[in-house]
Amino acid sequence: MSDLLILNGRLIDPANGIDGERDLLVRDGRVAAVEAPGALKNIAAAETIDATGQVVAPGLIDVHVHLREPGQTYKETIATGTAAAAAGGFTSVIAMPNTVPVNDTVAKLEWMLDAARRSAVKLFAMPAATLGSMGVTLTDFEALRAAGAVGFTDDGKPVLEDHVMRAALVAAARAEVPISQHAEDTRLTGGCSMNAGQVAFRLGLRGMTVEAEARIVERDIRLLREIEATEGLRPHLHVQHVSTARAMEAIRAAKREGLHVTCEVAPHHFTLTDEAIGDYDTHAKMNPPLRVEADRAAMVASLLDGTADCIATDHAPHAAHEKEQEFERAPNGITGLETSLGLALRVLHREQGLSLSRIIALMSAAPAAIAGLAGRGSLSMGHFADVVLFDAGSEWRYDAAKTLSRSRNTPFDGAEMLGKVRATICEGRVVYRG
Amino acid sequence: MTLRARYAAGSLLSIRDLSVEDVSNILSLTARLSTMSATERAAILTGRRVALLFYESSTRTRTSFELAAKSLGATTTLVSDKSSSIEKGESLKDTGLTLRALGAEAIILRHSNSGAPFVLARETGLPVLNAGDGMHEHPSQALLDLRTMLTRLKGTDGAKHVDASTLKGVTVVITGDILHSRVARSNAMLLPRLGARVILCGPEKLLPEEALGLNAGIEIERNFDKALQQAQVAMMLRIQRERLAGLELDLNDYIASYQLNSERLKTSAPQALVLHPGPMIRGLEIEGEVADSPQSAIEEQVAHGLAVRSALLVRALGKSVTV
Ligand SMILES: [Zn+2]
Repeated sequence: MSDLLILNGRLIDPANGIDGERDLLVRDGRVAAVEAPGALKNIAAAETIDATGQVVAPGLIDVHVHLREPGQTYKETIATGTAAAAAGGFTSVIAMPNTVPVNDTVAKLEWMLDAARRSAVKLFAMPAATLGSMGVTLTDFEALRAAGAVGFTDDGKPVLEDHVMRAALVAAARAEVPISQHAEDTRLTGGCSMNAGQVAFRLGLRGMTVEAEARIVERDIRLLREIEATEGLRPHLHVQHVSTARAMEAIRAAKREGLHVTCEVAPHHFTLTDEAIGDYDTHAKMNPPLRVEADRAAMVASLLDGTADCIATDHAPHAAHEKEQEFERAPNGITGLETSLGLALRVLHREQGLSLSRIIALMSAAPAAIAGLAGRGSLSMGHFADVVLFDAGSEWRYDAAKTLSRSRNTPFDGAEMLGKVRATICEGRVVYRG
Repeated sequence: MTLRARYAAGSLLSIRDLSVEDVSNILSLTARLSTMSATERAAILTGRRVALLFYESSTRTRTSFELAAKSLGATTTLVSDKSSSIEKGESLKDTGLTLRALGAEAIILRHSNSGAPFVLARETGLPVLNAGDGMHEHPSQALLDLRTMLTRLKGTDGAKHVDASTLKGVTVVITGDILHSRVARSNAMLLPRLGARVILCGPEKLLPEEALGLNAGIEIERNFDKALQQAQVAMMLRIQRERLAGLELDLNDYIASYQLNSERLKTSAPQALVLHPGPMIRGLEIEGEVADSPQSAIEEQVAHGLAVRSALLVRALGKSVTV
C-alpha cells in the first residue's frame, strides 16, 4: 500500500504518552514513523493530509455493536453499520452474536468476518457463549477462538444460570478471552420496559430495578473469586453497558480486590436519564434502560476515576416501523456509532474536564486491551495504521437523516455534539472523510 | 403545561397537558352544553365523524363517549377487538391512518398499553382523546370526577370554573390499587393543581412510594381510618381479586383494612362524599350500602361523564360554542 503522510496535527497517543505536535507516516497499512514536525518533510508520500488544527489519534474501537447481519438486514448490514462506524471515527468494531441465526459456530463466524460482507472498518466478533444464546450448552470456545473470536457473550440476554456462567468463565479463561456479560436478572424484569422509579410510575410502565442489574454483576464477581480460588485460573469478566451506581460500586470493589473485571459505559448512560423518555419516546428505550440522575452521575464519575474501563455504544439499529409502536411493544436499542465521540467530548471533556488523552484512551487503547486486539489501539511503530482525525473544538448538531446507518433510531437527533471527525483511516486506507 | 405542537389541538392524552385555565374552560363548556336543549346540542357536531378505537372492552367509557358524540349530532364508528374489526397484526399507526382515510376527524382510544394515545396522535396528526391507556391515565374520568365533586361541594354554579385555589381546604383520599389505576394517576395529577390535598391510601404492594412523584404535595397514608378522618372526598378504586392473589395479598385482610363500609364511613367520615369510577365490586372495595347511600355520588359520576365527554368532543373538533 502506498505511503500516507499526516502532517501538522496534534497527535494524541495515550498508550505511548504522547500529546503534542507530531507528523505521522503510514506505510503498508502500518505506522512507519511518528516524528516531530519537519522530520518527515523529505519523504515523498502518495498522499499527504494536512491535519493543522486537528487531533490525530488512534482509531476508535467499539467493543459492543449490533450489525444485524445475517437475518435482519432491513435494520442494518455489516456494510452500512461499519460505514456509520467509520463516520464516527471507529476503525474496529466488535459485532455481538444476536443475529438471526445466532453466531454460535465457526462457519457462522467465518461468514460474518468474510470480506464479502464489505466491512468498512476492521470487523471482529464475539460469538455466543451458549448455543443459540439459550443459556444451556457452551459453544466450542477453542474452535471459535482459533477462528478469530475475541470473547464470548450472549448479549441481549445474560448467561443466567450459575453453573453455566461458571463453566463459561472457566472455558474463556483457558481460551484467554473475556466473557462479556449483559447483566440483567431476567427473572426480575419480565414485562418491564424502562427503569423502575418515579418516572415509570407516572407513565404507568413496569420498571427494571437496579437490583436486576446488580445481582448478576455481584453473582459474576463471586464466581470469579471462586474460580480463582479453586481452579487456578484467572477469568476475565467484562461487564457490558453498566447503568447503575450499585453495579458500578460492585465492580469498583472487585477491582480493588484484584479480580479481573472490566466494564464499559455507553454514551446514553452518561448523557441521559429516564426523563428523556418524555411522552413515550421509543428512541429513549434501550436495555439496560436510562436510569436516574444519581446513576448517570455515577457513570460519569466512574469514567473520570477509571473504574469504567471503556466507552462502548451498544449500537442497536431498528427500523422506523418497529420504533413507531406502543412503548412497551417497541424493541430495545438505539444507534450510537456516529454520536459516541461527539457526546464523550461534550459531556466528559467540556462539561467534566476529562482530558482528550483520557477520552481517546477510553475509546481506543482500553477497548483494544479488553478484547486483546493485537497491534491496535495505539500509534506504536509497526502497529496497524488505524487513525482518526478530528476537530476537537468544533460544535455541531447530529442530523439522524444523514446517517450512514440503515436506521435512525437515536434520541440524539438534533443534539449538540463536540468534535467533528475529519478523517478515519483503517489500516492505512482512508475509509471516511468528513 | 401546554400541549406540544406535535399533537393536534384538542387532543387530550394526559391530564398534565391541560393548564388550570384549560380545565376551567372545559368545565364552562360542559356547563353550557348542559343547559342546551337536545335539538340545539344535536346541531353542534352535525356531519362530523368520530371514531372510537377500543382495544379493551369498556362498556361504561365507550357508551359514555358514544352517547356524547351522538347527542352532539356526530356520526360514530366503533372499531374494537371484540368485534374483530381491528385487523390482526396491523399496527396502531396503520389502524389510525385507515380511520383517518375513512374520514375520522378525531379518535377516542382505549388501549392496554400505557402511552398508546401518544403514538396514535403523533402518527395520525388527528386529535386523540385518551379513554384509558394501560396503567397510565384516564383524563376524562378525572375531569368528570372533578365536576361531580364541584357540583356536590359548591353547587351547579360552582362547577363552572376553577382556579388554583378552588379546592383549597378539600382533602381527597384515593384508596385501593393505585399502582394499576389510571384513574388514580389522572386524579392525583389534576386535583393538587386546583388546591386540593390528595392522600393516597393502600398497602405498599398496591401503592409504592414512587407514587409521591405524581405531583408535589401528594401524601401517602397506609391506615385507611386515619386517612378517612381527614377526607371531604373518598374515592374508592376497583380491586381485582386476581391481582391481590398475584401479589400475595389476602383478600379478607384487604377487605378488613381497606373496604369502605357503612360503619367506617359513619365513624371516620360521616360527611364525606363517596366516589367510585366503576365498575365497582360491591362487597369488596365498597359495601353495597355505602354505594347506595346519600353520601355516594357514584351515579352522578356517570351523568357528569356524559356531559364532560361532550365538551371534550366539541373541543377536539375545534367547534366554538359561546359559553
Ligand atoms: Zn446488552
